[in-house]
Amino acid sequence: MSQNKQASFTLDGKTIPYAEGQTIIQAAMAAGEYIPHLCFNPEFKPHGSCKLCTVKANGRQTASCTQQPQPGMVVESDTTEINDERRALLQMLFVEGNHFCPSCEKSGNCQLQATAYELNMMSPHFDQFFPDRPVDASHPEYLLDFNRCILCSLCVRASRDVDGKNVFALSGRGIKSHLIVNAKSGRLADTDFTGYDKAAHVCPVGVILKKRVGFTVPIGSRSFDEKPISATPHPTVKGA
Amino acid sequence: MSSLLETAANPENLRRVAIDPVSRVEGHGKVTILLDDKNKVHQVRLHIVEFRGFEKFIQGRPYWEVPVMVQRLCGICPVSHHLAASKALDAIVGAKHLTPTAEKIRRLMHYGQILQSHALHFFHLCSPDLLFGFDSDVSKRNIVGIAEKYPETARRGILLRKFGQEVIRHTAGKRVHGTGSVPGGVNKSLSVPERDELLKDIYQMVAWSREAVHMVKELHHKNPELYNSFGAFRANYMSMVGFDGSLDLYHGTLRARDANGNILFDGVDYQNYTQLIEEEVKNWSYMKFPYLKSLGKEKGWYRVGPLSRVQNCDFISTPLAEIERREFMAYSGVMPMHAPLGYHWARMIEMLHAAETIKDLLHDDDITGSDLIATGERCFEGVGVIEAPRGTLIHHYRVDENDLITMCNLIVSTTHNNQAMNEAVRRVAQQYLHGHEITEGLLNHIEVAVRAFDPCLSCATHALGKMPLEIEVLNEAGERLSSLSRSGDGTLS
Repeated sequence: MSQNKQASFTLDGKTIPYAEGQTIIQAAMAAGEYIPHLCFNPEFKPHGSCKLCTVKANGRQTASCTQQPQPGMVVESDTTEINDERRALLQMLFVEGNHFCPSCEKSGNCQLQATAYELNMMSPHFDQFFPDRPVDASHPEYLLDFNRCILCSLCVRASRDVDGKNVFALSGRGIKSHLIVNAKSGRLADTDFTGYDKAAHVCPVGVILKKRVGFTVPIGSRSFDEKPISATPHPTVKGA
Repeated sequence: MSSLLETAANPENLRRVAIDPVSRVEGHGKVTILLDDKNKVHQVRLHIVEFRGFEKFIQGRPYWEVPVMVQRLCGICPVSHHLAASKALDAIVGAKHLTPTAEKIRRLMHYGQILQSHALHFFHLCSPDLLFGFDSDVSKRNIVGIAEKYPETARRGILLRKFGQEVIRHTAGKRVHGTGSVPGGVNKSLSVPERDELLKDIYQMVAWSREAVHMVKELHHKNPELYNSFGAFRANYMSMVGFDGSLDLYHGTLRARDANGNILFDGVDYQNYTQLIEEEVKNWSYMKFPYLKSLGKEKGWYRVGPLSRVQNCDFISTPLAEIERREFMAYSGVMPMHAPLGYHWARMIEMLHAAETIKDLLHDDDITGSDLIATGERCFEGVGVIEAPRGTLIHHYRVDENDLITMCNLIVSTTHNNQAMNEAVRRVAQQYLHGHEITEGLLNHIEVAVRAFDPCLSCATHALGKMPLEIEVLNEAGERLSSLSRSGDGTLS
């Protein structure tokens, strides 16, 4: 590779330049290309858990948020096969929680909803789990609605890596995994969480919500009202 | 509360005729009629056979979610629930007085709703009965038949409804299930282009609404015998009226009159509605039966909606509708009009009032203002009342110190009219079915009586855990093997 020529790979046939250390999704984003994702946020270290950003790199499936490209690598993302799998992942996320978009204040600003629209998810397909997840409204300024958690761990990473607090953690394994807060009572009010924390502003769905301001942004002015998520630059940091 | 023909003495010996579902109404209901060998009517009941559960599953949710969530009770007049819930939550966030912009935007949204709902009901659902006849050819007795024979009438109905929907879209963000109203105010006002777009058509809407009143009026004048007596029964009636006694569908105090038009109560703050109204449950319907406490179960049932409102108010603030109200009052004479078909006339007067009110609001600069939200001292309980297209709508909530809903009680318009609708179908059954061979046309008479109230049966069945229930296990031959009943207080037998 010539020193003057920047390394590149192809994403669905388009040439994408990249710098050393960048992952496939970071390079794609920098080039204005969209790869569906939920747990990835350019401000945080990749987690690789949601698998929405799965691509085929030289014919092998991999998470594009953790995989670094190689020169000349052929990456496929927007294919029927991969999008079908992404849609199935989304459908599973929808049925595992209680996602009632019609009455959710995050509607229009929600990455899960926007990604489902992007990938033409027309129904949940699978049977709903309808888990019983009471909300935690103990904090005077913030509400935790666990019904919508997709276990992306962005709040965990933000609290730990930016706020230095460890307010949030994922507990349990497999289908029993769930979000908890760092207090014996299990209540957010009994942690050192504040509205100034980074963790208060990174939730891509409607779990961590500022109280008493829901629905104050009218339809038409919300993040994804005018353009789909694929045409909205860096949606993951919106609202931060 | 029971009435003639509610329960037959020996139902097992009678023939059962069911109208299931009742057509051209919102939601799902059925009418059952028990007849003997000579086609004499012994029992008639309007059953509401769907249930929803909103009062239960709203518990534990944050209060600001409520106006958006509860409007999902209905796809026809969700704005009514959206605004009634918002008004209840205004009390909870301490917003005793909304900003002028917020109040007027909400009114605009509501009158847009009244316009579209009344237009839908009259033109799409009822005009086939009124223009073709109750027992006319069933294949033509629908909106398609109207479009063929009376294309201009059908077109106006569609465009009136469309205009109302556009008013809602500009104020709430969407034609159906918008988010414009929030506790303490609204989240948007009208932009100048939005206002101008509506102004362009509003004069035509006023003119068409006026002609619609004339059309119904003419029907009454042409056939007073039918219109004055069809399913007629005497009843108390209740509605919210403006603080000045005017017809005000958005805000005011509660007023009720007896069947002679004498005031039963007036100027009652609706926050105290529980002192006035009690609800009874019956094991054959998911819909409760409200009544005025002061008169008791037997005599306290009442009627709500356009026929009540137009006769309950002292005047209408918009000039064309006021002229029509006076003519309506003069027609009915000294005593109030109790005939169910009078609902259509009153409904069209309200549609005209809605169109005139929208016109006035569109000329008010406040609707393009930017002061949208009011706040105040936080409370933990609130009641919101609005006059929905079908009648008085009550939303009542309690909220805990963490902002979560702990109690929700909804009394929707159609529920208030439950006993009244049952009375109407019983009268019609007596008048038209008693002793006759049952035909489709005769059965449609029953439906015409139900439709006059414009019931929204899906709205009226919002309770979960409170409705009486009967479960029967039948064998292949239809014989009962076992049964289980739950009464309104949850007792099993």
